[in-house]
Amino acid sequence: MNRGRGSGLSTLVFLLPLLLVFGVFSWIPILRAVVMSFQETNLVTPATFVGLQNFKDVLADPLLWTAVKNTLYFALLALLFGYPVPLIAAVLMSEVRRFKGLYSALAYLPVVIPPVVAVLLWKFFYDAGPNGVFNTILGAVGIGPVSWLQDSGSAMPALVIEATWAAAGGTVIIYLAALTGVTTDLYEAAEIDRASIWRKIWHVTLPQLRGVLLITFILQIVGTSQVFLEPFLFTGGGPANSTITILLLIYDYAFANSLGGEYGAATALSIMLAVALGILSAVYFRLTRSWSRS
Amino acid sequence: MKLTPIALVVALTASLTACSGSDDKAAVPDGPVTLTVARDPGLDKGAIAAFDARVAQFEKDNPKIDVVPQEYNWTATTFTAQLAGGTLPDVFTVPFTDGRGLIERKQIADISGLVSALPYATKFSENVAKAGKAEDGKMWAVPIAAYGQALHYNRTLFKQAGLDPDKPPTTWDEVRADAKQIADKTGKAGYAELTTDNTGGWILTTLDYAFGGRTEKLDGDTATAQLDTPEMTSVLQLLKDMRWSDNSMGANFLYDWAGINQAFASGQIGMYVSGGGNYGSLVTQNALKPVDYGVATIPLASNDQAGALGGGTLATVSAKANDGVKAAAVKWIDYFYMKKLADKDAAVLDAKTVAASKQPVGAPQLPVFDKATYDESLGWVKEYVNVPLDQMKPYTDKMFDQPLVTEPVRSTQEVYKLLDPVVQSVLTNKDADIAKLLKNANAEAQTLLDRK
Repeated sequence: MNRGRGSGLSTLVFLLPLLLVFGVFSWIPILRAVVMSFQETNLVTPATFVGLQNFKDVLADPLLWTAVKNTLYFALLALLFGYPVPLIAAVLMSEVRRFKGLYSALAYLPVVIPPVVAVLLWKFFYDAGPNGVFNTILGAVGIGPVSWLQDSGSAMPALVIEATWAAAGGTVIIYLAALTGVTTDLYEAAEIDRASIWRKIWHVTLPQLRGVLLITFILQIVGTSQVFLEPFLFTGGGPANSTITILLLIYDYAFANSLGGEYGAATALSIMLAVALGILSAVYFRLTRSWSRS
Repeated sequence: MKLTPIALVVALTASLTACSGSDDKAAVPDGPVTLTVARDPGLDKGAIAAFDARVAQFEKDNPKIDVVPQEYNWTATTFTAQLAGGTLPDVFTVPFTDGRGLIERKQIADISGLVSALPYATKFSENVAKAGKAEDGKMWAVPIAAYGQALHYNRTLFKQAGLDPDKPPTTWDEVRADAKQIADKTGKAGYAELTTDNTGGWILTTLDYAFGGRTEKLDGDTATAQLDTPEMTSVLQLLKDMRWSDNSMGANFLYDWAGINQAFASGQIGMYVSGGGNYGSLVTQNALKPVDYGVATIPLASNDQAGALGGGTLATVSAKANDGVKAAAVKWIDYFYMKKLADKDAAVLDAKTVAASKQPVGAPQLPVFDKATYDESLGWVKEYVNVPLDQMKPYTDKMFDQPLVTEPVRSTQEVYKLLDPVVQSVLTNKDADIAKLLKNANAEAQTLLDRK
């Protein structure tokens, strides 16, 4: 008992600098943002409190609903493409015996490429002219030319494809790590029962991965709700607002008007998004906990 | 996963507030003053040495002022952060469109008293001076350069398409016909249009002016949006026809300023509209081959309201400057930006320095003062001019005859921004409904204008 209390105190002493740094750089800005969401300020002249006006302004902005719709669309497409792709890749890679390390490295490589470089590269691939890289390839099999980023219909799927390519490697590594935790006894038992490879995946692999799958699912939703880089660098929200997302809208509130824009509105929208994602996560974890109990 | 952007915005905005709000009025006019001044980023060694030499000269004349150069370049997004964070140099430059707003919100220092004491204070061209003046007519920001929008074209593509590069189009019908011919014969975009980062609205407004329209009407304090007009409709219809009927605008419709300059300099674009003084950045930042370059005045519709949109650059002083810094800042503005426009020795020294570092000298600009002063200053630096003036004749022969119209005054950048998706829609959606787009944009613009 004594030993426990003593180590608790010394733990606290060691922890203190970290907590301090964490508090100052992580939590004070968030608190400032909460305060700012109730203010009107250009950050040069003194701020004035405006109550809920920023929230009202943001909610009245017709562009908000476009942004919400686009973000949900991105999240949906990213779930369709981006969620299964790393899982399939990881399961396949765990099955191969030779060059396993090489495959993991290849899968992980896009994650190492700086995002801005990746976007510039893909911009080049997505050139909408008949001489663009993808269009040349598609042209060889008689398809296209596709407008890629230059059309409201194809711009968002094009962003999702690049985002999936860029992010999948990280998730593959998580799945691969989780797959090593699956006990081989279960596979052996399944083999004795003459289960096919698909039955093994369905009845052994996936149930064993359930915990990781649930976590990556919510991370995927949280991540895609905050998509910013791709629309910002590829299309600037265009064409015709078809790729403007919530984060891009926040950025635009704060910075698009060179005279120092609506920092209040930007923080108000940030906070609404954070709260929405917080609630979503809480509900999700509550639901999944009750599932795992039953 | 990507949790960073939201945290970034939150943290950035929060950290920015931490250093704002000080309103230092302690005046030290006689003591030593340290003055930070803007210097273009990315200068080569020779240009930096020349800059330093000019700083040394200034310090010799003003022994109590210590000048510290700081790299600075106006771009809409970084400027906002720097302004809010208080990290701008004491003397910095902004485009004409930002002048009135900065003055109204008192985000820059009131230097009107010091400016009015300058010898050329009354000589500014009225159109140009307006951009730096407050409502009451006092000049808070000094106009240092002006431009009028022009039609830039690629002479090589003109030749390849069987067009005469010395006879660029003078009407919009000719622009359309030439663009089609270029696209048909060369496979390149005959005409391209800026569409993102507020530049879509900027160029759309330029074309609207050229057709005789205006985007806002001011009546005392009330501003009325005028986007839903026959002129604007004609402009968008022209773009729609060039894009969808003629297929003469290429495949890229998400150009920002840097992107379109790059594409033009690399020979992908036959014609585009941008500031008449663009030659410098096309050469020094985008490796334009001078032989390709041609520029003409922007075609104006036969309508007595039609005019070329004009803009320019203002030198301003940080709102945080005390009286001593303000006085030093105005001295610097006078010395560094203005004297070369009005004083022979300063003009020659500047041209010599710029030419020595292989930067273009003599690209056409609009006069900040009257035309006589401008012509005289051109004579001073004649021997240093290193740009293909003959190829610029379609512009320089007529630039002074065109009526110049200043950019909209109220919520300029915000209205430009809401016009971006309008022009993007027309260029990327074959079934875009121009009437509906303009009706919506007009309503949105009016909301913005009513708020002020």
